[in-house]
Amino acid sequence: MNAPLRRVAVACMVLFGLLLVNVNYLQVVKGSAYRDDPRNGRVLLRTYEQQRGAIALGTGGGRQALARSVATGDRLKYLRTYPGGPVYAHATGFFSLVYSSTGIERAEDRILSGEGDELFTRRLSDYVTGREPKGGSVVLTLQQKAQQAGYDALGGRKGAVVALDPKTGAILALVSRPSFDPATLSSHDPAAIRAAYKRLSGDPDEPLLDRALNQTYPPGSTFKVVTSAAALTSGTVDSPQTVVPAPKELLLPQTTRPLRNFGGETCDPSGKQPLINAFAISCNTAYAQLGLDVGQDALRKQAEAFGFGQADLEVPLSTATSVFPADVNKPQLGQSAIGQFDVRVTPLQMAMVAAGVANGGDVMKPYLVREVQAPDLSRLDVAKPEVLSSAVSGDVAKQLTEMMEAVVERGTGGNAKIDGVRVAGKTGTAQNATGKAPHAWFIGFAPAEDPQVAVAVIVENGGSAGSEATGGAVAAPVARAVMQAVLGR
Amino acid sequence: MTAAALPPAGTVTPGPRTRRGTELLLVGFAVLIAVLAYAAVGLAQDDRIPSGTLGYGGGLAALFLTAHLAVRRFAPYADPLILPCVALLNGLGLVLIRRLDYDAIERAKARGRALPGADAPQQLFWTGLGVALFVGLLVVVRDHTTLSRYTYTSAALGLFFLLLPNVPGIGRTINGARLWIRVGPLQVQPSEVSKLLLILFFAGYFVQKRDALALAGRRVLGVDLPRARDLGPVLLAWGASLLVLLGGNDLGSSLLFFALFVVMLYVATERTSWLLLGVGLFVAGSLLAYRVIGHVQDRVDIWLHPFRDASGKGYQLVQGLFGFGTGGISGTGLGEGSPGTVPFAKTDFILATIGEELGLVGVMAVLLLFALIVERGLRTALGCRDPFGKLLAVGLSFALCLQVFVIAGGVTGLVPLTGVTLPWLSYGGSSIVANWVLVGLLLRISDAARRPAPSPIAPDTARAVLEDARTTIVRRS
Repeated sequence: MNAPLRRVAVACMVLFGLLLVNVNYLQVVKGSAYRDDPRNGRVLLRTYEQQRGAIALGTGGGRQALARSVATGDRLKYLRTYPGGPVYAHATGFFSLVYSSTGIERAEDRILSGEGDELFTRRLSDYVTGREPKGGSVVLTLQQKAQQAGYDALGGRKGAVVALDPKTGAILALVSRPSFDPATLSSHDPAAIRAAYKRLSGDPDEPLLDRALNQTYPPGSTFKVVTSAAALTSGTVDSPQTVVPAPKELLLPQTTRPLRNFGGETCDPSGKQPLINAFAISCNTAYAQLGLDVGQDALRKQAEAFGFGQADLEVPLSTATSVFPADVNKPQLGQSAIGQFDVRVTPLQMAMVAAGVANGGDVMKPYLVREVQAPDLSRLDVAKPEVLSSAVSGDVAKQLTEMMEAVVERGTGGNAKIDGVRVAGKTGTAQNATGKAPHAWFIGFAPAEDPQVAVAVIVENGGSAGSEATGGAVAAPVARAVMQAVLGR
Repeated sequence: MTAAALPPAGTVTPGPRTRRGTELLLVGFAVLIAVLAYAAVGLAQDDRIPSGTLGYGGGLAALFLTAHLAVRRFAPYADPLILPCVALLNGLGLVLIRRLDYDAIERAKARGRALPGADAPQQLFWTGLGVALFVGLLVVVRDHTTLSRYTYTSAALGLFFLLLPNVPGIGRTINGARLWIRVGPLQVQPSEVSKLLLILFFAGYFVQKRDALALAGRRVLGVDLPRARDLGPVLLAWGASLLVLLGGNDLGSSLLFFALFVVMLYVATERTSWLLLGVGLFVAGSLLAYRVIGHVQDRVDIWLHPFRDASGKGYQLVQGLFGFGTGGISGTGLGEGSPGTVPFAKTDFILATIGEELGLVGVMAVLLLFALIVERGLRTALGCRDPFGKLLAVGLSFALCLQVFVIAGGVTGLVPLTGVTLPWLSYGGSSIVANWVLVGLLLRISDAARRPAPSPIAPDTARAVLEDARTTIVRRS
């Protein structure tokens, strides 16, 4: 009987071998994925055991907490509170027992929870000295006045505001409306959290959606900045003063219905005008023709140089990808050149376009976290501005600035004027769903000679189909309010 | 060990090595680990060494020392590694149940419910009963071959216990499986007892019938098939295990019994054809069960896609997997995790608690302890001189191996989950007691296997002695 017995022994060892291999796979290979799975309540429970770091803005005496943990008497020792409230909700995100976390709460969790590698020595000394471990804090680039101005100026309308420091890429304002109160999702009462979440996620106005970073829209005429950049860079036109055709109607190749200007207006009685004038009054026929002349490859290349098509842009919040459509035919190219058809952009992307022009052609990588700090507020890491891409040459940037100033001075963007400040901008009125009012856009920067702030504003369905100027009328005042707040005027 | 290490000068053959000293040392070590672990749980929970540490440690030490002394006195040549391994597993199991008691109390407090009673004292009681039966077995059964007399009694009792949960009135359905009976205040899982009885039966039966069962029938594709008339018992065993499955949804026991039957038959007859036939019947039975029984389909679906219904049907497995993942390589530390998240953490899913709090290191250590016991058991079978003892030892060792594989593989997602206990670790009186009896049997056979050959004198002389001698009853023990 010993021969089969030996085989049984081998079989037993194989079974144990399989078990050992499997637990190694489970606990080593899959371990971290299971540990960090949002459905795994264990880690979340443990994160409530120690004080989570704060999310703040400002420095020194101006430091203001947007999110902080306060001690409670119940089983979960600390409650997350949001002094920043709905104004900062999309930046901070929420920190929920039931629905995991979003925003900076998620993106900077390793710092806030105190588990990051940066805090290793700190944890070690906490362990040795018996001090209760705490999380580090995260200081945002947001400026309180700019954020509040954008939030108030949008008011009850749906839309978003992004303001950037064009020289560094620091995000000065990040507003999305409607908003929500993160505290309702971050309480210790799962039933209340579920009810609040159900209400928010079921709301047709989508308050949980961060429109500034995660929603894409047709850019409308604000895209003409990109088309102009492509035309000037490629040499299709020599300067803003070059006269270009601007007919009343433009019959695009292979189509029967001509492309018209807003309200069927005439751009210039002569049927042609200098590029700067076509830009200032946002002449569609002139720009559709210009797009055809530039060609889709040059146009797409220019859009990508401003940041379109970059799928992994994180600020560190993840962002939706802005796209210029692939393989368009002639009529589609004409439509794309004026920001219609399938061109889709985030408000952040359009702020980057304005900031790129403002910064002499270099687009800086946008970032929301200025500094991370240890629990004792000592500095662990500070953001270093990086150039994301070089979109246009310094000369072309100057020409674009001149054209954008004309928009505010004497064109569609008059509502963005600020006394004593040279403001550059571009309005947009983007058609979207039929039967709905177009989106109102404004992008711009100020002061034109030494830009301190670049901004993009969208008001969903805020325009009127009749007139291009309405885009400027609705969105430009919001942009002006934010720029004024940054410039202190 | 002591005698063998320094053989007296002039002795030709060294004295037999019993290695009881090694066993005592290792048992002491096992108790020490368990007591330290017990203190660690208390430190993590209340920041102080729990008041019961001394009593607990003393109790465990007394129990396992008694077991060791019984082995020293009544089975001196038995394998010295098996008892310490079992003691360590059992001690660790008690610590884990104590730890889960804390967790249950904390959860009840948080929800404002009545505080649940502690299970650890119960488990300690059952351990005591198990050790008592272990000692009793070593005292009463001096020669394991005498057990072959009870072959058919075992069969009848084994089947009786197996079918008992299906009797209306005393049978209880827990977690979808009908494998419990309720006698007064006690809940008993009779399949644990029938496991032992059926192994006894198989060993006795196959030793008697192995010659007939080994007879070759027709040869097909290079394999000698058994004669058709000998198929009866196999089909009967197959039918019985299917019946257990259909009657009580007891997937684990069903699989265990059939596999035991086939493997013991294979070892007894040395015929691969039985093994192939058994595997064929197993596959057929599995497919049939999968088709017919919704419970089995559920288990397979959960195994294949645990995350599809992570908060419903797959909840238990998924929470278990999260436990293993959270533990990682070194674990959270005893008392530092939240193992109570997993339903049935004290019984079927106790390995997930080990995975979470003791990490990969702890799980591997526990699995290797089991592997060591199984390996020593199979070595006992190899060394055993009589076929009944050989078969019995194979059966006991293989049953242990398969049970560990089924439940450890089930909770780690290697195979579909079937509810059996993890021997000595899981909470449950029947399991603890039955597995202590299993060790008792194994050590009894091991004692016989490792005992020096009875007669060192030459065969010729032996025959002469035998022919001269008067007829007497010879006992080997």
